[in-house]
Amino acid sequence: MDLKGKKITLHDMCLRDGMHPKQHQISIDEMIDIAVALDESGVPLIEVTHGDGLGGASVNYGFPAASDEAYLDAVIPKMKNAKISALLLPGIGTVDHLKMAAGIGVTTIRVATHCTEADFSEQHIGLASEMGLDTVGFLMMAHMISAEALLEQALLMESYGANCIYCTDSAGYMLPHQVTERIALLRSKLKPETELGFHGHHNMALGVANSLAAIEAGANRIDGSAAGLGAGAGNTPLEVLATVLDRMEVETGVNIFKLMAVAEEKIVPLMDNIVRVDRDSLTLGYAGVYSSFLLFAQRASAKYGVPSQDILLEMARLKAVGGQEDLIEHVAMEMAKAKK
Amino acid sequence: MSKKLRAAIIGPGNIGTDLLMKAMRSDWIEPVWMVGIEESEGIKRARDFGMKVSTNGVDGLVPSMKEDNIQIVFDATSAYVHAENSRKVVEQGAIMIDLTPAAIGPFCVPPVNLEELLKEGRKDNVNMVTCGGQATIPMVAAVSQVQEVEYGEIVATVASKSIGPGTRKNIDEFTRTTAGAIEQVGGAAKGKAIIVCNPAEPPLMMRDTIHCLTKDEPNQDAITESVHRMVKEVQKYVPGYRLINGPIFDGKRVTVFVEVEGLGDFLPTYSGNLDIMTAAGLRTAEMYAEAMANGDISSTATA
Repeated sequence: MDLKGKKITLHDMCLRDGMHPKQHQISIDEMIDIAVALDESGVPLIEVTHGDGLGGASVNYGFPAASDEAYLDAVIPKMKNAKISALLLPGIGTVDHLKMAAGIGVTTIRVATHCTEADFSEQHIGLASEMGLDTVGFLMMAHMISAEALLEQALLMESYGANCIYCTDSAGYMLPHQVTERIALLRSKLKPETELGFHGHHNMALGVANSLAAIEAGANRIDGSAAGLGAGAGNTPLEVLATVLDRMEVETGVNIFKLMAVAEEKIVPLMDNIVRVDRDSLTLGYAGVYSSFLLFAQRASAKYGVPSQDILLEMARLKAVGGQEDLIEHVAMEMAKAKK
Repeated sequence: MSKKLRAAIIGPGNIGTDLLMKAMRSDWIEPVWMVGIEESEGIKRARDFGMKVSTNGVDGLVPSMKEDNIQIVFDATSAYVHAENSRKVVEQGAIMIDLTPAAIGPFCVPPVNLEELLKEGRKDNVNMVTCGGQATIPMVAAVSQVQEVEYGEIVATVASKSIGPGTRKNIDEFTRTTAGAIEQVGGAAKGKAIIVCNPAEPPLMMRDTIHCLTKDEPNQDAITESVHRMVKEVQKYVPGYRLINGPIFDGKRVTVFVEVEGLGDFLPTYSGNLDIMTAAGLRTAEMYAEAMANGDISSTATA
């Protein structure tokens, strides 16, 4: 594989996707400290807020240590070079959140829908694009549909005004050839100026390999997270990816030793549990389950006395999509009843 | 003279057609007109059912309203055109039952506040909130009737096939309107609404999770009884409304899981979200008709 000379934008997730394993409890001071260190490492784009994006604060997904507004207000003024992005899931957040985030200085808005439901994003992508923001359409659980079906949805988001489309492997299910197939088709059919991105989860330990496949097929934005802090077995570990890309002579603008230090000295000590591939997170990847279901399944397992792995497999059987965290407790209760 | 109130339905789409089929069985409502903006499948179906039709929007209906004695109009279009529709039919002396999330008139969730609305007398416009609101606000109210609810949150999961393009385009209207009604009708101090759309095949039944955070420790027995009582109230007009788990209690959190199976009139049974909307709209109209027949509220608009 020859990626030499390609220019890639790395996008760090540890202060947004990383909120999942932290149960949304990263403090404002920790956010500032980490974001500043990522900025100094040359990471150009950093996502901040609740794990489920703007407006995610809820019983269903968890209440965060601080509001989206407070996090953005604290982090954005501290950035020297890095830009701050925010995620918005229509159905959870609204254009009011989008306006608030843009008002504080977020420059990239990523509007996320389940991979078959792009038309929920028209309002939000349209507005973000009108406001002149870097506007990303983020198609989640992209493993659940074919490359052709994904293309249809990507074309919708592009038509609403998105200047970048993501193939999002929310379950960490994809194998490298599946990434290649999807990104290559998007690359051949979307406008040449539309950027392509890949967001991986490391549930099958394929975060780095899948990101390389995505780059080879035409993606130029790649999500990762320092020390992999993210839902499930985490995101693609950003310092690992950056190091591999450095060896492959891909231009990222990131100082890999500084980024390694952020991961080692700031992120790993922050972890409540080591974020890694284990039985449950591997099950997410194997069965294609939304990565942020992990802790919910483990809590329901403890409360109702059914194995978390079985809960996750049942969620896969029910074809649950992102956002259905509320189904987990119900499923655990039903399994507990059936056991009696 | 029949005690039935004569009605028009604006919007010959899925909701309008389902509502029409339910209304044709009603003892209190007699559907007469179906209003669309062009020739369509829905208009054709309505014509086959013997309705008078307009393919020229509300303007095609207005000149005949007095003559045809249309006293109830249902709007099953979209929030954006509702205000104009409402103004025009109210001018003709009809009551508007709004099935869009426009929310010009007061919110109505029949088992929670319809009786109260009727006591306030005639209204020009009543709003049916949203499908998620109809399915969940009764549960929020069941808890808030027992004790103070500081926060009410609902998660509505619906089959992809049951959400039309209008709702998709304006999904924020759903979240905002539902959250507002969780507070105003459900009685929670603060409300939040989340909607999740699932494309699984075969399509899943509408399911809703209702979380309430009570101010003080929840009175488990009283809340459980209140929830069961409220489920029975909803079942009076939506027989497929089921409590599937809960209420469960975790500190001050009270959580209820419900499922809504539709009657399958025009819409498939999995789209309980649409069924509960048309059933609630019709129920509201019927209660107005009954109140008018009893002379409890005026059958003519007070000019």
